Amino acid sequence: MELALSTRNLNRRFGSLVVAQDIALELPQGVRYALIGPNGAGKTTLMNLMTGMLAPDSGQIFLAGEDITSLRADTRVRKGLARTFQINALFPRLSPLEAVTLAVLEREGHAHNWWRGLPRFAGPIDEAHAILQSLKIPPTRETRELPYGQQRLLEIALALATRPRVLLLDEPAAGVPKDESAVLFDAIANLSRELTILFIEHDMDVVFRFASRIIVMVGGRILVQGPPDEIARDERVREVYLGKAHA
Amino acid sequence: MASASSIASTHFHAKVRWHPLEIVFWLCTLLPFVLTPSYLSLASQIAITALFALSLDLILGYAGIVSLGHAAFFGVGAYTAGLLAKHYWSEPLSGLVIAAVAAGVVGYALSHIVVRFRHLALIMLTMGFGLLLHEAANSASALTGGADGLQGFRVPAVLSFKFDMFGRSAYAYSLAVLFLCFLAARRIIHSPFGLALRGIRENALRMPAIGAPSRAHLRKAYTIAAVMAGIAGALLTHTTSTVSLETLSFGRSADVLVILILGGAGRLYGGIIGAVIYMVARDQFSGINPQYWYFWIGLLLVMVVMFLPNGILGGISALYKKSK
Amino acid sequence: MLSSAVGVLFDGFAYGMLLFLLSVGLSVTLGMMNFVNLAHCSFAMVGGYATFHLMTRLGWPFLATLPMAFLAGALISIVLERTLYRHLYRASDLDQCLLTIGIVFISVAAYAWFYTTEQQSIRVPDWLQGAQHVGGMTFANYRMFLVVVGLAITALLILFLEKTRFGARIRAAVDNQRMARGLGIDVDRAFMFTFALGGGLAGLGGALSIQVVGLDPTFALAYLVYVLIVVAVGGLGSIGGSFAAAVVLGISDMAGKYYFPWLGAFLIYLVMVALLMWRPAGLFGKR
Repeated sequence: MELALSTRNLNRRFGSLVVAQDIALELPQGVRYALIGPNGAGKTTLMNLMTGMLAPDSGQIFLAGEDITSLRADTRVRKGLARTFQINALFPRLSPLEAVTLAVLEREGHAHNWWRGLPRFAGPIDEAHAILQSLKIPPTRETRELPYGQQRLLEIALALATRPRVLLLDEPAAGVPKDESAVLFDAIANLSRELTILFIEHDMDVVFRFASRIIVMVGGRILVQGPPDEIARDERVREVYLGKAHA
Repeated sequence: MASASSIASTHFHAKVRWHPLEIVFWLCTLLPFVLTPSYLSLASQIAITALFALSLDLILGYAGIVSLGHAAFFGVGAYTAGLLAKHYWSEPLSGLVIAAVAAGVVGYALSHIVVRFRHLALIMLTMGFGLLLHEAANSASALTGGADGLQGFRVPAVLSFKFDMFGRSAYAYSLAVLFLCFLAARRIIHSPFGLALRGIRENALRMPAIGAPSRAHLRKAYTIAAVMAGIAGALLTHTTSTVSLETLSFGRSADVLVILILGGAGRLYGGIIGAVIYMVARDQFSGINPQYWYFWIGLLLVMVVMFLPNGILGGISALYKKSK
Repeated sequence: MLSSAVGVLFDGFAYGMLLFLLSVGLSVTLGMMNFVNLAHCSFAMVGGYATFHLMTRLGWPFLATLPMAFLAGALISIVLERTLYRHLYRASDLDQCLLTIGIVFISVAAYAWFYTTEQQSIRVPDWLQGAQHVGGMTFANYRMFLVVVGLAITALLILFLEKTRFGARIRAAVDNQRMARGLGIDVDRAFMFTFALGGGLAGLGGALSIQVVGLDPTFALAYLVYVLIVVAVGGLGSIGGSFAAAVVLGISDMAGKYYFPWLGAFLIYLVMVALLMWRPAGLFGKR
């Protein structure tokens, strides 16, 4: 069975700053992997490289066996690779229903249509509504009026509307207070088992709860990867987080 | 409890339905025929400017492209219509179509460049293209009449309604075309494409992440806006039987921007409201030296930006929300 | 053939110095705060009219009016920055454009009111008039003066930015505002100072340009296009870029007028569009 997502020799630097060095990643279908590491390790940069927001200096990215390295960002989304953003990247004056409907319309290829009114697209609208209901997001208020926790959920809703096969979550609970994050993690737990997920996270409880494998990045390189209990015992990981004296 | 999909479709239906005020507004546009018959030429100018402002709204108010050179398409439409009338035939409706196509072709060509840029580079490029076309028309005086403009032709009538100095046919013609283009614009805004444009305006970076080919959308919007601006330019040529170099000038690009902002961008009616107020005011104060007219415009701009950032319609909308 | 080419190069370079003085302030403030100040040439106009007023109404000698022109430009820019501009640093490009265009309109009308719309001129001292004739080529004295002043100011600017601590702070703020703030640099003060410096240089440029292009209230708009071209092409925040772009633009303009007069300003706009398409961030701009 082929890998859902993989990279080979991915490299990227900004002048003398190396943000990605020789990254070789393999995500089999249906897994949930966590990507952890100290700030500045290059985790978000890796997601930017994989989704096409940033071009690599060298290396390749494969989605379900297909080389997507030279494809535009929106083309990759249509092939099944979606992501959320660490800092909300939403549409402030659109309602959640409008935003998610837009994502569905883009997916179905209807967004170029300028002569039929939106109400005529009942299918996409209903699908968008269903996604919002499953995440308990109120559909008709303007996005900028939603509480932060629901905005983070909307991030996920937008990504789900593209019917991805691989989902990259960049710190999904970032900035969400502990009491609101329960809804968020229930939503993530309920995501389809067919979906391959890679998520960046700092909260180790969450990591151990969801991930079947952990990848540790430091200074643009993959330090080590393996099942959670192995990583928990790994001396190098402790060193990275706690410093040599505590290892 | 209302079903899920009825909530959903009500949300979208509400925005698409015609508001009673809109119907009142369009009925009022017929009033000048009865109430102010001596001002029909001015009314015709207002309708043309309103159409031009509406075309700018499509790219500025809805897609977020700041253009300081939109007059380029207005001028291309005006000159195409003029050249057609001068050298070939003076039937206006076919001239309108050809001018629209010409402006659309230029818009489509330029759009490939324009959509790749943002911020200052975008502003400069749109201004640069406008200036280039203006200079080109100035230099190619054998074709365009240069600084004197295109003269020596007449467009006598549209559909056997004669253009005369009373301006009745002119206003009827301009108003009809404005209304038709308005209907088209309204349809675009409330379509999936319109939603995509608003998405680009709200967060251009997020659009590719939901699978949207932003540049293709923007090229399309830019072309449609060029077509509409070209139609407005052709209308001017037909109703005045002249074409001046001013139709391509930076001044015209700046004026239409001011008009749109005054009325409120992104609200479909902003350009029309702005055009009415601006042109009526300019007509009333036409005795003043142009210098001083621009003083008040300058002051108005400063006031609008500092205190009324969404234009007049935005201000009214905010007041309405507060009073609820 | 060669002598006319040298003449065009020299005149173009002198014109470029003028454009540099007019543009460098805008380039740095745009690079620093990303504030689109289309009223920059109004500051130049203020300086120009200051010199005009001092010379014709109060009988001051030309050279003495130049520091006053600088001061006038600096003062008006500080006043505007403190009252209006500082509220719009986070506003959209469009809002900044509109506000500053509004100020241009107001300034044009104000100066038309006080000084009429007539073209004004001044009488520069005798030693600045006339020309030197060397080997069959003519070098106007005033143009040489412009070149000297332009190069001197460029040198001073570079020295200031590279060698002084305050200059280093300004460079840091242009490069990365957030980081600079994080390092404890008072970015707002650095900006105010830079804004004043830029406005002052524009005022000086306005005063110096009277002899070359005349002075009337439309100056604020007429030269805006050229200044914007220099800034956009040279790259925001880059003094070297502004210098290079100003020289290229000055020489292109002179060459165009001399060799292809029927093209008018077409060549300039074409050069700008082509350069912007090749390097959208300007020749030396931040990527």
